[in-house]
Amino acid sequence: MSHLKNLTLKVWRQSGPTDTGHFENYTIDEISDEASFLEMLDVLNESLINENKEAVVFDHDCREGICGTCSLMINGVAHGPQKATTTCQLHMRTFKSGDTIVIEPWRATAFPIIKDLMVDRSAFDRIIESGGFITAATGGAPDANLIPIPKPVADAAMDSAACIGCGACVAACPNGAASLFTAAKISHLNFLPQGQSERFKRTEAMVETMDEYFGSCTNHGECSAACPKEISIDVIALMNKDYRASKFKNRKELSR
Amino acid sequence: MNTFNSKIPAGALHEKWDNYKANAKLVNPNNKRKFKIIVVGTGLAGASAAATLAELGYQVDAFTFHDSPRRAHSIAAQGGINAAKNYQGDGDSINRLFQDTIKGGDFRSREANVHRLAQVSVDIIDQMVAQGVPFAREYGGLLDNRSFGGAQVSRTFYARGQTGQQLLIGAYQQMARQVGLGGVRLFNRTELIDTVTIDGRCAGIVVRDLLTGEIQSHAAHAVVLATGGYGNVFFLSTNAMNCNVTAAWRAHRRGALFANPCYTQIHPTCIPQADETQSKLTLMSESLRNDGRVWVPKRADDNRPADQIPEDERDYFLERLYPSYGNLAPRDISSRAAKRLVDKGQGIGPLKNGVNLDFSAAIDRLGREVVEERYGNLFQMYERIAGEDPYKTPMRIYPATHYTMGGLWVDYELMTTIPGLYAAGEANFSDHGANRLGASALMQGLADGYFVLPYTISNQLSTLLGKSIPGTDHPAFKQAEAEASARYNGYLAVKGKRSPDWFHRELGKIIWNECGMERTREGLQQALTDLPALYEEFKTDLRVTGTGDSTNQTLEKAGRVDDFFQLGMAMCQDALTREESCGAHFRSEYQTDEGEAQRNDEEFCHVAAWEWTGDAMKPKRHTEDLVFESIHLATRSYK
Repeated sequence: MSHLKNLTLKVWRQSGPTDTGHFENYTIDEISDEASFLEMLDVLNESLINENKEAVVFDHDCREGICGTCSLMINGVAHGPQKATTTCQLHMRTFKSGDTIVIEPWRATAFPIIKDLMVDRSAFDRIIESGGFITAATGGAPDANLIPIPKPVADAAMDSAACIGCGACVAACPNGAASLFTAAKISHLNFLPQGQSERFKRTEAMVETMDEYFGSCTNHGECSAACPKEISIDVIALMNKDYRASKFKNRKELSR
Repeated sequence: MNTFNSKIPAGALHEKWDNYKANAKLVNPNNKRKFKIIVVGTGLAGASAAATLAELGYQVDAFTFHDSPRRAHSIAAQGGINAAKNYQGDGDSINRLFQDTIKGGDFRSREANVHRLAQVSVDIIDQMVAQGVPFAREYGGLLDNRSFGGAQVSRTFYARGQTGQQLLIGAYQQMARQVGLGGVRLFNRTELIDTVTIDGRCAGIVVRDLLTGEIQSHAAHAVVLATGGYGNVFFLSTNAMNCNVTAAWRAHRRGALFANPCYTQIHPTCIPQADETQSKLTLMSESLRNDGRVWVPKRADDNRPADQIPEDERDYFLERLYPSYGNLAPRDISSRAAKRLVDKGQGIGPLKNGVNLDFSAAIDRLGREVVEERYGNLFQMYERIAGEDPYKTPMRIYPATHYTMGGLWVDYELMTTIPGLYAAGEANFSDHGANRLGASALMQGLADGYFVLPYTISNQLSTLLGKSIPGTDHPAFKQAEAEASARYNGYLAVKGKRSPDWFHRELGKIIWNECGMERTREGLQQALTDLPALYEEFKTDLRVTGTGDSTNQTLEKAGRVDDFFQLGMAMCQDALTREESCGAHFRSEYQTDEGEAQRNDEEFCHVAAWEWTGDAMKPKRHTEDLVFESIHLATRSYK
């Protein structure tokens, strides 16, 4: 274990949704390289409270990289410099003494800033509510082994289902699009035999809800590069294919 | 309140649940929409309950302090979920899952509840697969299983190392569907800060909007608390940072008994603490013990790297001490074995505070690819945190607080001692006795939410049909709101010198040292002197900066730490009065010659349920006797 010395933090402070916000500079004199990035912010907050100042507000919870609560643009990169790593799993050993670190909230129109580094991501919930599920009311499910699912199919569904809903894809996208998030959910369910009945209804509803809140996808690929769970950009192609098909399939079903 | 009825149905053990369902009062579908049910917490138990109750036609209001229901800490469960499907044909059955759970809990849980849990376990898997949970599968397309601690069969279903995430997302999606359909109203970033009882019935809740500080009441016909466990009382635990006891504790202060608070589980495989700034500990799934071998050097001062210590100078202590279960011995037993060796100086790592979990044999036997397939994301998580590659050097692990078996006392219907107030999932005490087996928390959360509450809640609701319930303008609500606002303003007004986190850390040290893995009479008495003193300091020297009318995480934390103090005192009193060792509760005065837990069935074969008296240091102890009809009280042996 060693220590980093003399870090300068440029942290975004914003007292509320209507405040314009500004950067504030703080110094961390010394921190263990074993500390996580958020533990470094804990240390900062502890010293702010000691100085009778208000602590920096930031979202965080599990600190294991799975709940998707933490966010932060660190030096302009969603979740910071380490690939496939959420902010909470980022450790100070990634940085060195004397570094200046710029810390900002997710920046996207669909994610309004609540305070300091905390944003409102509930637009993601609206997308799921519009169709991100399989209708299977509790009680009537058949035996779990009734429908075999080939392992590669189950694995592909799992790859998509690994999304933690953190919003890094939106924050990284120059258009503020949510295609990777939406497509990950759509492909998780559309891959599975259980998801076929509602496949096109789901796709149409989710894509159109997404469009109400988020920007349009122009295939930059920044989303996939920023994704801490390394969701492949391929899922966007699958979503677009199913969305196009939905316009025919759903009309055909209506005419029945 | 001296007598409380657990409402165990009549009949033979395997018929009780069917008998209950056959005789429970129902609510007609047209009448269901007249009832409002509040569900607090949106983890596995809360989300599944909210979804199912809304599907049945009740009006459901769901509350979470997270930004989205999908964040609840169920999401972090890694290893899997048990179910008595016997898909592997290896001798599993409902009865065997029941027996394993009772034995794992060291004969301190209710037979009827545990048997019901084993019965509905099979339905959970069917339900989750129908909802699209991508469980691991064999090449033929059928579901795969693995084995977990405390079991000699493979009954654990899993989705890579992210089973909790996949199950929670399944339940969340089912609830989201109801939000879209209008069956569930969702209140996010809203924290419960009190419950309200009027005329002996839970009439609703008081909540605080975490963005504006606004305090509001909600009235309902029934309230379900699915608010998780209280492991964060230790400060360092594997719980998420925001896990807290406030909802359960506030209900307790309003009259709900709190059962077995001293039953807290220490998980054997967590990454050891690395430095002073550490904010939480990370668990490495117990499933790793399927293929990892646990060992320490035989010599205490052996500082060689793991790969330079020859086989005959290693102590594979779980295999040595418990040959039939080996590395899969239950959690409490494995944890204590590791602690003893570390205490003797045989620990490894820079701070000598861990033991090895070694995969080299598994990698030789199965190949790196198979190991990666099974545990890839766990290995990656370990590498991120510890900065070492577990494919090359053994993981360093050490026990940490993980789960709390204690919780709100509930009867067979999952109702607390306040009529109309229910507790589900980790928030209640019902199924795990003194120790929970691996992969059983997910099972219990979903059992309660999907398959128990929806059947039992109508029994109470049916009595309210056609009657009006008090609205939020009732004086009891107004008074609770006034008390809550005084409470939060009070934290801001102290203007002392120490942050809530500072107090939390100090509180955690006391609880970990005296009411952790090993407890003694003197230690607990010491804790009961230290805790009230520190609590006094908290009340006079707390500093909360900022204001109460916008997002203020320091203020939120102050309220939670306050409740942890009171809970901590209850834990120590419970541990002190339970003069035996059982499961995770290990009193060093009560152990066998071989150092194993020694139960005292004569005097302590009961649930201790504590009543709030207004003074955290003077709670009143009640007991519910545990009667074992179909299982024989025996000494646990995993040798």
